[in-house]
Amino acid sequence: MELVVALLTSVLILAGSAFALVAAIGLNRLPDIYSRMHAASKAGTVGSGLLLLAVGLHSGDIAVLARALAGFFFFVLTAPVSAHLLAMASLRAGYSMANQSACNEMSPVNNE
Amino acid sequence: MIIYVLSLMLAIIWVAITGSATIHNLVFGFALAAAALWIVRDEMSATGYLLRLGRILSLVLLFFKELALSAWKVAVLVTRRNMDVKPGIFAFPLTVDRDFEITLLANLITLTPGTMSVDVSKDRKFLYVHAIDCSNVEATKREIADGFERKIIEAFR
Repeated sequence: MELVVALLTSVLILAGSAFALVAAIGLNRLPDIYSRMHAASKAGTVGSGLLLLAVGLHSGDIAVLARALAGFFFFVLTAPVSAHLLAMASLRAGYSMANQSACNEMSPVNNE
Repeated sequence: MIIYVLSLMLAIIWVAITGSATIHNLVFGFALAAAALWIVRDEMSATGYLLRLGRILSLVLLFFKELALSAWKVAVLVTRRNMDVKPGIFAFPLTVDRDFEITLLANLITLTPGTMSVDVSKDRKFLYVHAIDCSNVEATKREIADGFERKIIEAFR
């Protein structure tokens, strides 16, 4: 039983770190701020969620697990809001999209 | 909507009063709150509470599936040697019109594969969505309308 928990914890930690790494690589490689927020908001959320789950599981304490799950819950709640606000703010500040962008249906009125 | 906030609040109060902050106790508190609200259902007009709870759960499940899928897609995308993306912003025509529903939809869109909500038009008819792959906008729009938007309408109307 202990072995199973240890294995599960290690898998969760490795997967979480891998997603955090992917988020960092994405921030570096993607062409503009809007695309970069994709990597930060999605891979980042899943990465930290898996790490929090690993902490809760490793502790073997239901109170710690509950707090870890609450932390994940708030991450899910706040990550999209911050990504959305950053994207909106950079749009208002006039950051243009990358050259290879395929479409832009943004109405100019909202752009101001 | 008010009834879910209410039962969650009652559940949290239950946890605070009983003084044990465990998941079990929170679930138990939630069940108690549901039962208490069920007793006063005529005054609250909260019929079909369980049915709605089921639909909300199905929305939550869909969300976690999409979240996992989207993180995986980002991982595949950024580790490809030749990263050829065609990002762009498209306008998604909204069917939902209440503030709470638009907020929920926008948040769900942000955490699902390849899309991120940027802004809402002033008349609340359109949601501006940034997509990392903008080569097939119509398909993406259909996916959102048939997926999350329909589920939100089912769960909260």
